[in-house]
Amino acid sequence: MRFVDEYRSEESVRKFARAIRGLVTRPWTLMEICGGQTHTLIRFGIDEMLPPSVTMVHGPGCPVCVTPLEMLDRALAIAARPGVIFTSFGDMLRVPGSKTDLLSLKASGADVRMVYSPLDAVEIAKRNAGKEVVFFAVGFETTAPANATAVWQAKKLGIRNFSLLVSHVLVPPAMEVILGSPTNRVQGFLAAGHVCTVMGYREYEPIAAKYRIPVVVTGFEPLDLMQGIQMTLKALEEGRFGVENQYARSVTRDGNVKARAILREVFEVCDRPWRGIGVIPQSGWRLRDEYAGHDAVLKFDVGTITTEEPSVCIAGQVLQGLKKPGDCAAFGKECTPERPLGAPMVSSEGACAAYYNYGRGI
Amino acid sequence: MSDERFDLSCPVPLSNYPHVLLAHGGGGRLTQRLIDQLFVPAFDNALLSELHDGAVLNVGGKRLAFSTDSFVVKPLFFPGGDIGSLAVHGTVNDLAMCGARPLALSAGLILEEGLPMEDLRRIVGSMRDAASKVGVPIVTGDTKVVDRGKGDGVFVNVTGVGLVRDGIEIAPRRARPGDAVLVSGEIAVHGIAIMSVREGLRFDTELVSDSAPLDGLVDGLLAVAGENVHVLRDPTRGGVASTLNEIAGQANVGIRLEESRIPVSEAVRGACEILGLDPLYVANEGKCLVIVAPEAADAALAALRSHPLGASAARIGEVVPDHPGKVVMKSRIGGLRVVDLLTGEQLPRIC
Repeated sequence: MRFVDEYRSEESVRKFARAIRGLVTRPWTLMEICGGQTHTLIRFGIDEMLPPSVTMVHGPGCPVCVTPLEMLDRALAIAARPGVIFTSFGDMLRVPGSKTDLLSLKASGADVRMVYSPLDAVEIAKRNAGKEVVFFAVGFETTAPANATAVWQAKKLGIRNFSLLVSHVLVPPAMEVILGSPTNRVQGFLAAGHVCTVMGYREYEPIAAKYRIPVVVTGFEPLDLMQGIQMTLKALEEGRFGVENQYARSVTRDGNVKARAILREVFEVCDRPWRGIGVIPQSGWRLRDEYAGHDAVLKFDVGTITTEEPSVCIAGQVLQGLKKPGDCAAFGKECTPERPLGAPMVSSEGACAAYYNYGRGI
Repeated sequence: MSDERFDLSCPVPLSNYPHVLLAHGGGGRLTQRLIDQLFVPAFDNALLSELHDGAVLNVGGKRLAFSTDSFVVKPLFFPGGDIGSLAVHGTVNDLAMCGARPLALSAGLILEEGLPMEDLRRIVGSMRDAASKVGVPIVTGDTKVVDRGKGDGVFVNVTGVGLVRDGIEIAPRRARPGDAVLVSGEIAVHGIAIMSVREGLRFDTELVSDSAPLDGLVDGLLAVAGENVHVLRDPTRGGVASTLNEIAGQANVGIRLEESRIPVSEAVRGACEILGLDPLYVANEGKCLVIVAPEAADAALAALRSHPLGASAARIGEVVPDHPGKVVMKSRIGGLRVVDLLTGEQLPRIC
């Protein structure tokens, strides 16, 4: 298949693997930000083609994983209300809250629907004037423009029964938390290609300069990852820092200008809690006051929600690259994709699920 | 009283779920668990515990294959077929996977009040056409109607009996190390075709379901490879990955696949890339997996390819003595990974 097979060619990937072996003179630890990249690394066995001195640690870029339990419980409380149609992308449906998940709620009678686009949820709201339609707006900068467009459109068309439950998070503040930690191991980053397709990479330049590290904007196919890793290692070996762009077929320095304009129109930056990490200042988006009528948090008073994470789960350390899934005592035992204790085991992009599904460390 | 009769000896709780989820019908781990922990212990008998697509009964020196399948599909009419033809093909294929020629089918219809009579006529006509193409009569049936809103238009059950060919013994447990694993054509077509109409996804090429009767294809295969064919399975819901996992478990062998050899059409690959789905787990309705002794593998592959439904057949892997119960796959770039059963249905990813 064009535009896919070229990037999965065994020969090209091996060429980069050889180049990396010839390049590396000492141990390095790199982090890929995005869960989609983690998935590719493990699915294709790329990490096993690297020299043993190169360690890949897996970043916090799995939207399902970092969505706080409190937000999941809020979603479940809203979805359980009569007269609500709760819509979401597929992989949020199976994520357990404190007591249940959206699929189980659906089985016991709630109107929970999987959609492929938030604009489909706006359509549902248009056709069901007597119901409240809520879309669970989860994810990084990648999914945000479509969600912003949905709420912008609903406001413009006067569809007042449509609201967003917003749990958007931003990559750069999370990178700073990781780099600023006294226990940080990460020496170079593969930045998430799709996030940068929207946002560009200007905002990574001051981070790379402040922490004197290389950041390489990287795609998602095996060859992209190999090249991204090679570029990062080359910069490290040569003592260079700064931002480079491996994913130039999709990413420009300024990103998608139109998408960024609608994001500015609809969202403003706010503090957000990240599951397993805690509150990161200025690390998320919420709806601006002009869109408050479409904010599900304001529309549905579900009272105070208190949550407690299973103590054995080390999701937070996994998400910060401090530990690997196999380091967890519960991995593959009490904690499996069927009965996940922590979010990285739920989503197919989660590091724990990727390790489990592809048979690592079991 | 019925509760008392229904006394399960298995002490293991069914699962954590107090309700049936859609995933219990998804063909993955939850389906497997329903079968292993509820149905098999409840109905406990030797024929059932073979866990094949159908049971084989000895009747007066003849071997009778017996299989049933229920169909719930939305939409009822889709590119490449409808629920009627799908149901006939499904049961004909289950019989074919036992090495049997179909003798007769039954048709059980559960209709929803308000279903347009014209739709019912089309569905019944398509069942008739599908059955007559295979040369099998539909000899008995049943109809029930449920209140509006209590069904999805039509649910169809088709049960069939067939006669197992002499000298043929096909069962999942017969897979043994060294055997070749063949697939009769491009995978994942039905599931993606249904999803694209159901969800209104449009692609450049229209995706048409592969729903088809496999009895002719199996006829040709068994004429050439006969007793060397150890296992036949049609990888319907749960796809190739789930079916091979079941076989690996039942025969206590490992299976090793090569990703680059698995035939997947451009259109299906494209759709799977967009939706974040793995074609290995997507349903097929006109394909079969063949596990055959290595010495007969080339002849079996040639036999499949000589049939119109098997033109893209391929040898995709082999049965190995290592990692019993597990399926592993060599990726396109050379890495090895485990191909496990899914917990539930595959869900499209966020990004």
